[in-house]
Amino acid sequence: MTEKSNVQAVHDTLLGEFRRDERHILLGEDVGVRGGVFRVSDGFIEEFGADRIIDTPVAESSIVGIAIGAAIGGLRPVAEMQFADFHAPAFEQIVNEAARMRYRSVGAFGVPLVIRMPWGGGVRGALYHSQSVEAFYAHVPGLKVVAPSTPADITGMLRSALRDADPVVFLEHKAIYRSVKGDVPDGDYTIPLGPADVKREGADITVYAYGISLHHALAAAERLAADGVQATVVDVRSLRPLDAETVLREARKTGKCLIVYEDNRLFGAGAEIAALIAEEAFEDLDAPVMRLGGPEIPAMPFNKPQEDWFMPSPEKIAVKMRELAAY
Amino acid sequence: MTPMAVRTREGSTPDNANEVARSSGPRHDALGLSLDDVKRMYRLMLMTRLVSERILQLNRMGRTPFGAGTDGHEAAQIGAAWCIRPGKDWTVPYYRDMGVSFVLGFTALDEFRAVLGKATDTNSAGRAMLNMFSSPERRVLSRSVLVGTEFPHAVGLALALRNRKEDKCVVFAFGGEASTSPGDFHEAANFASIHKLPVVFVIENNLLAISTRFEKQMAVANVADRAAAYAMPGHIADGMDVLDSYEKTRLAADHARAGKGPALVELKCYRYQPHTSDDDDSRYRTKQEVEEWKARDPVKRGREYLLGAGASEPDLEAIRVELANEIEKAIAQAESEPDPRPEDALTHVYAEGTPRPDGTRA
Repeated sequence: MTEKSNVQAVHDTLLGEFRRDERHILLGEDVGVRGGVFRVSDGFIEEFGADRIIDTPVAESSIVGIAIGAAIGGLRPVAEMQFADFHAPAFEQIVNEAARMRYRSVGAFGVPLVIRMPWGGGVRGALYHSQSVEAFYAHVPGLKVVAPSTPADITGMLRSALRDADPVVFLEHKAIYRSVKGDVPDGDYTIPLGPADVKREGADITVYAYGISLHHALAAAERLAADGVQATVVDVRSLRPLDAETVLREARKTGKCLIVYEDNRLFGAGAEIAALIAEEAFEDLDAPVMRLGGPEIPAMPFNKPQEDWFMPSPEKIAVKMRELAAY
Repeated sequence: MTPMAVRTREGSTPDNANEVARSSGPRHDALGLSLDDVKRMYRLMLMTRLVSERILQLNRMGRTPFGAGTDGHEAAQIGAAWCIRPGKDWTVPYYRDMGVSFVLGFTALDEFRAVLGKATDTNSAGRAMLNMFSSPERRVLSRSVLVGTEFPHAVGLALALRNRKEDKCVVFAFGGEASTSPGDFHEAANFASIHKLPVVFVIENNLLAISTRFEKQMAVANVADRAAAYAMPGHIADGMDVLDSYEKTRLAADHARAGKGPALVELKCYRYQPHTSDDDDSRYRTKQEVEEWKARDPVKRGREYLLGAGASEPDLEAIRVELANEIEKAIAQAESEPDPRPEDALTHVYAEGTPRPDGTRA
């Protein structure tokens, strides 16, 4: 075991895999000499050279489009969106090309590609450095979409993503890059893309979350425990595939479910989880499935009062959890 | 509009040193092609024409759901594709490139299987429309119907060739003139040139994007003029002439193959059929314009060239008869084959054995 931060886990896992498999290349803005704006690829260009660590023009569509071609040509690319907010130009390449390549060629051409996206708010990043983009991609068959939030999960799932045969949108919540630390098993440690993880066991209510919301939900669960309410917290670290089995098992256990997510609430990932529970576990429920999501405004404001108002927090989650427990 | 005079830009590219030396003999000699090569080119041009015409006829008879004709593009496609080394070079064709596919070994039967959306369609098992060619063995990359999204893929393939040290291999990326309008073309050309990657951009300029004229598509006079913005050579060919299309594409391919970076060739041609079988071209052009271009018909010119170079009428007639038989057999064969089953639509969403979104395994 080694203790490290989330961002260190990303860096170390990439480093190890790039050493293990010389087919890996990294494409992105400022990933080379700058080592990435979050220092994720610090030292990479020195070790692996400019043929593998490629500082691209500011052109997200071709960052992904070129990575798709390189993947088909026999490389194992990692494409970095400098911030998830910059994904829109690449949306066509991700959704219309990467996700549909295997399908339209009936298996002849796969796209082993990891698209990394630092996402989420709470960093005074304002409208265009704070966005949640998971729902856009979780809607698309052909993609895998994961959002691990602890150093161990990031390590195990990034390693799996890098060895996967299909395109993976790998979401890294930037507000917990450095604030969250944890033990990571040493060695060739992997976690499959798909299974959710029960991060906390409790008999009274079940909370589903990912990203920074997961950590806030765990903090809120501790507060409620002091009042005698025991919460299960399920880390929905993989959105596609979605682990229906774990989601439903943990719903049936308590009969009271809350989904917390930072994205604006309507048509977000929480809606899918809520629908799944409502359809499959209806008779085991003791309360309506509840959601706590972001407000219905186009993007996160820069100023602190409004950013705080937008973001999930242990306080807000605890209020909602109490409401659910009392139902 | 009358067919534009095709202007080649001798002296404007760094490739003139490589230009095939002119000799006083037949043009194909000077290009290093045998008379037999030219006959094979002619055969594929004629095959492309006949298949394209049959697809439209069958559509009008209600036997095919959809078509997108190739008529008028034969010389451009066959001449350019003659530069490709199948299985070594990568090809990223566009949706009108039936002639390119025939040069690469696809058959009339392959085409009709795709046209009819049959389970036996080797491109996509009936999932995609016609002309979405796909073959790992031939290094032909599957494409979407989208315009221009293929160019970054071509550049990525070239990046892989470089990193894997597959020297002398080239990626041929095809598109129509309007495919150079979206950003993907420009991003791809820019990146390819920055990294000196072996990509040949082959642009079939037929003057019309459905109804929108070239002049409303770009302000430059030639697609080839765009090349200067990316510090790469841009050649212009008479896309209604198979030998000129071959010659100018060769210049671009030799440049890329020599490790000098990407190059572009613009093949000026014209589409005789409507954009697709669903299009009404009387809304945007006159019959006279079509007839003026047909006066320079590539198949007819190919035939005249061969007769002038010593081929006999019966020789050429034998080619036509053989093709017509092959095509009718292909249609009958394809029509007799099974349609895909609904449940087969679930396969190849992910690599085999990986969990589906609901957690089950394929």
